[in-house]
Amino acid sequence: MIQIDIQKRLGSEVQDIFLDINIEFAEEEFVVLYGKSGVGKTSILRMIAGLLKPDSGTIEIKNEKWFSSKGKINLKPQSRKVGMVFQDFALFPNMTVLENLKFALPKKSSSEIIEELVSLMEIKPFLNNYPNTLSGGQKQRVALARALVQKPEILLLDEPLSALDHEMRRKLQNYLQEIHRKYKLTTILVSHDVSEIVRLATKVFTLENGKVVKSGKPIEIFSNTKLSGKFQFVGEILEVQKQSFILIYTILVGNEIVKVFSENSEENIQVGDKVIVATKAFHPLIKKIG
Amino acid sequence: MIDWNPLILTFKLALVTTIILFLIAIPIAYWLSVSKSKIKPIIETIISMPLVLPPTVIGFYLLLVFSPTNSFSIWLKETFDLQFVFSFEGLVLGSIIYSFPFMVHPIQSGFKTIPNSIIEAAYLLKKSKLETLLKVQLPFMKASLLTGIVLTFAHTIGEFGVVLMIGGNIPNQTKVASIMIYDEVEALQYDVANLYSIILFAITFVILLFVYIMNGKYSNKIVG
Repeated sequence: MIQIDIQKRLGSEVQDIFLDINIEFAEEEFVVLYGKSGVGKTSILRMIAGLLKPDSGTIEIKNEKWFSSKGKINLKPQSRKVGMVFQDFALFPNMTVLENLKFALPKKSSSEIIEELVSLMEIKPFLNNYPNTLSGGQKQRVALARALVQKPEILLLDEPLSALDHEMRRKLQNYLQEIHRKYKLTTILVSHDVSEIVRLATKVFTLENGKVVKSGKPIEIFSNTKLSGKFQFVGEILEVQKQSFILIYTILVGNEIVKVFSENSEENIQVGDKVIVATKAFHPLIKKIG
Repeated sequence: MIDWNPLILTFKLALVTTIILFLIAIPIAYWLSVSKSKIKPIIETIISMPLVLPPTVIGFYLLLVFSPTNSFSIWLKETFDLQFVFSFEGLVLGSIIYSFPFMVHPIQSGFKTIPNSIIEAAYLLKKSKLETLLKVQLPFMKASLLTGIVLTFAHTIGEFGVVLMIGGNIPNQTKVASIMIYDEVEALQYDVANLYSIILFAITFVILLFVYIMNGKYSNKIVG
């Protein structure tokens, strides 16, 4: 069980936020913290990692207290079994990719895990390169591999995919899924990309103004009503056209662009909005391929 | 025949000063880059004083503090056999104080250029602060370290006032090239002064050129 019950006043130039979080979830879950930027998602990860001290509360990971204001416990980052991937990757520029991975290896432990991660993440071709020669996606894979070398109990991902283009994102999501399946690693991902969350998460916590306002499975969070026998996908509105009494939405779903016709013009949907498109499965075309 | 001793002494002084200062400056610059202490501005001011004070002022106070007649100097002499006035050790001490900001400032700003996330990543990989300093932070700021070393070295070669005050003018012990040149000019020996000046000019030019070329190559590698 992972229990996080923390309070922290965060002062920023724009506004003060009082972060008051009380969440718990099972081991091996893939948890996503969802919400607008500036609501304190990154701060939560930093507090779990021990890089930022909560004002009060407890952090308990697999029955081990990492932080407790009452018990006066505050483990150093070095004592927490946590792997973290930073937004800017934080690779050591003076070391090659292989040296970055070896640096993470605890003394006197076998380098088998490095070999395994290198093949899993397909890092081999640029193993002897310096980080500054890598593309964003490659850096990302190295950062992820480096975070896993120490076999952490919990993996923290701070919007690691936000700097990548669409295709690369998709590919890295597959890596993340693969890793989660293989190592059964409890993972917390900070993200505000709905399609990413729907693909990866087993549980979502939605944050607003420093508080958790919604939690549940991604589908429950992102669709308002529970329907059965329906199709749905998540996408981003590229264009809205109005033709007499119907609206034509052009929506980007994954890599594909779809046009959707709708008579419903009540909702104020604009270009750039994240939307869920759902329809009941009445007359679907089902064909075998390949 | 040219007397090489002042030149050798000059470079020996610069080398010893640079090595000692490098080792002292790293912990101080590290502390300055992370500290939020209230006394930090005071420490920073003291470190920067040699930038604005005439070297003779530093030399004068060093003379007073280490005057052979005061009890502190007698104690130093008896316990460690150290005498700072009119000795090579005194030159080293004076140079260290005089060149302090030239070593500390580049290293301090070097520490500030390191992204926080890199340091935090090392901590999360279970590396101690010392190991992070040695294997992540210092290698990251090689260019700043090199700048500090070169500035200190060059600045010590160019020293005159402090050296003259605390060192006197003792051949083979405290008579460095800059003082030698001054002496020769006073004695109207322009040829000799010119010879020393040209040698000093050429050697320092080559050292600095070498460093800038190396530095350029290094930053290309890191920045890409």
